[in-house]
Amino acid sequence: MFFKTIIMQSGNRRQLNNGHVSVADIVMTYGKPNAAVQALQGINFEVKPGELFGIIGPDGAGKTSLFRILTTLLLPTGGRAEVGGFDVVKDYQAIRNSVGYMPGRFSLYPDLTVAENLAFFATIFNTSISENYDLIKDIYLQIEPFRNRRAGQLSGGMKQKLALSCALIHRPSVLFLDEPTTGVDAVSRREFWEMLRRLKAQGITILVSTPYMDEAGLCERVALLQNGRMLGIDTPAGITASFGKLLLAVRNENMLPLLKLLKSFEEVEEAYPFGEYHHVVLKQGSEKDLRARLKAAGMEAEVITAVPGIEDCFMDLMKN
Amino acid sequence: MEMEKVIEVKQLSKRFGNFTAVDAITFDVYKGEIFGFLGANGAGKTTAMRMLSGLSVPSSGEAKVAGFDVYRQTELIKRHIGYMSQRFSLYEDLTVRENIRFYAGIYGMSDAFIRDKTASLLQQLHMEAEAGKLVKSLPLGWKQKLAFSVAIFHEPQIVFLDEPTGGVDPVTRREFWNLIYEAAASGITVFVTTHYMDEAEYCSRVSIMVDGRMDALGTPAELKKQFDAASMDEVFLRLARKAVRTAD
Repeated sequence: MFFKTIIMQSGNRRQLNNGHVSVADIVMTYGKPNAAVQALQGINFEVKPGELFGIIGPDGAGKTSLFRILTTLLLPTGGRAEVGGFDVVKDYQAIRNSVGYMPGRFSLYPDLTVAENLAFFATIFNTSISENYDLIKDIYLQIEPFRNRRAGQLSGGMKQKLALSCALIHRPSVLFLDEPTTGVDAVSRREFWEMLRRLKAQGITILVSTPYMDEAGLCERVALLQNGRMLGIDTPAGITASFGKLLLAVRNENMLPLLKLLKSFEEVEEAYPFGEYHHVVLKQGSEKDLRARLKAAGMEAEVITAVPGIEDCFMDLMKN
Repeated sequence: MEMEKVIEVKQLSKRFGNFTAVDAITFDVYKGEIFGFLGANGAGKTTAMRMLSGLSVPSSGEAKVAGFDVYRQTELIKRHIGYMSQRFSLYEDLTVRENIRFYAGIYGMSDAFIRDKTASLLQQLHMEAEAGKLVKSLPLGWKQKLAFSVAIFHEPQIVFLDEPTGGVDPVTRREFWNLIYEAAASGITVFVTTHYMDEAEYCSRVSIMVDGRMDALGTPAELKKQFDAASMDEVFLRLARKAVRTAD
């Protein structure tokens, strides 16, 4: 067990110098050489101290492998990575002492109570709940009424808050959150991101992964990950600004026939549903041309210019 | 033309002790409709879906699904509906063909029907070459399409989709919605939950549950007008923020 290892090593308490994270040519391959799965195929990025950095990608993109490497729970097949100036392979003890990790799957002790779990994690990191209470207070207060309930009996939202409290109790320099909002409704997701912003204000570097493209805008910078490759890395505004093509939004009363028609036009590079509109990427021509083209085909539609979002960019990068 | 009702729900409630998980919901779902079933975590969606799929007996109220009563005809309901969720769909250690055979067998389809339909399904999905491969070796997007096809293999009147697109890349997510549209066009009623608000726009009608009640029901356009909101996201946030109880 990971935590047992930490207890045995608690004599060695080197701390990270800062919250800097650097990843260079990281490769992760699973399975036998003849039937290997390349989970990460040469990943490079840097995260500045105190940054709120998002890893955006669908299931199977390699997000969890990357987090497990950075938290020293998995040895990379190739490449180098440093967290707070320490190497993830050589200096794993120092890294474990001062990072917080919230895995995608609930990993606290289900048969310990809320309070016992928190006390346990504080103890193995040689600290106490009272020492760092200010950091978790906002989050912990919401589950405090259930402090004597076993963790296994908590609802999803409460488990998440407890897991975050436990990941923070030793005041880590870097916090790794693997898909904290997956399966969570839109309101709770917003509340969670507000919590992250308050933590960021305390100077903690936060790496957070998510399959929800709309959450990219809440990060300072994001890395787009797909099939173990990095599609792009920039500020959300930088990514959307690099879209570089005319994007139109089209709608009328008959959305399905409209989509089929749009896809049949040779000047249309892509047409796909996007909420109440279809988004259309044009190879050539203008908004006016498309409107006229639709009209000539017997289908009037509202055609307006659309601002590309992260999802538009992600799909574009996936194809090219 | 009178639209055919495939789900009829009147004052349906479910109580656990003194907690009312579902609080007198009333609505109808029509044949061939894509019915979006939205709500925050803990709003009562899962409990309501369990009652409608014959897995949980209501505390009070009435409901008919595919013409069958949710109190007395639960086994008949189960035969006439399909179900798919992101978490549980296919057996990873069975091949594509074995999964189809297994689910079709559970629903009591004849060998001849299974044989013919498997062939046409594999062709339609362009998966003939993969028929003998283990499901775990398939890319996620393929698994999902297969899971959906398996869920409607026995040609149910209604298919319940519980967060079918969670964690899927944006291109696959849209391909999946294409399948939903095709199924609906062929007359299968689609009852779907999602946390993606853009997907709410793709539904014929959307309902939103808050604290066990159904606080909104209408086409996306109607709901945006009713709540004076620019998007379904805004409609949802406005309603869900009123919630007194939470998933906690």
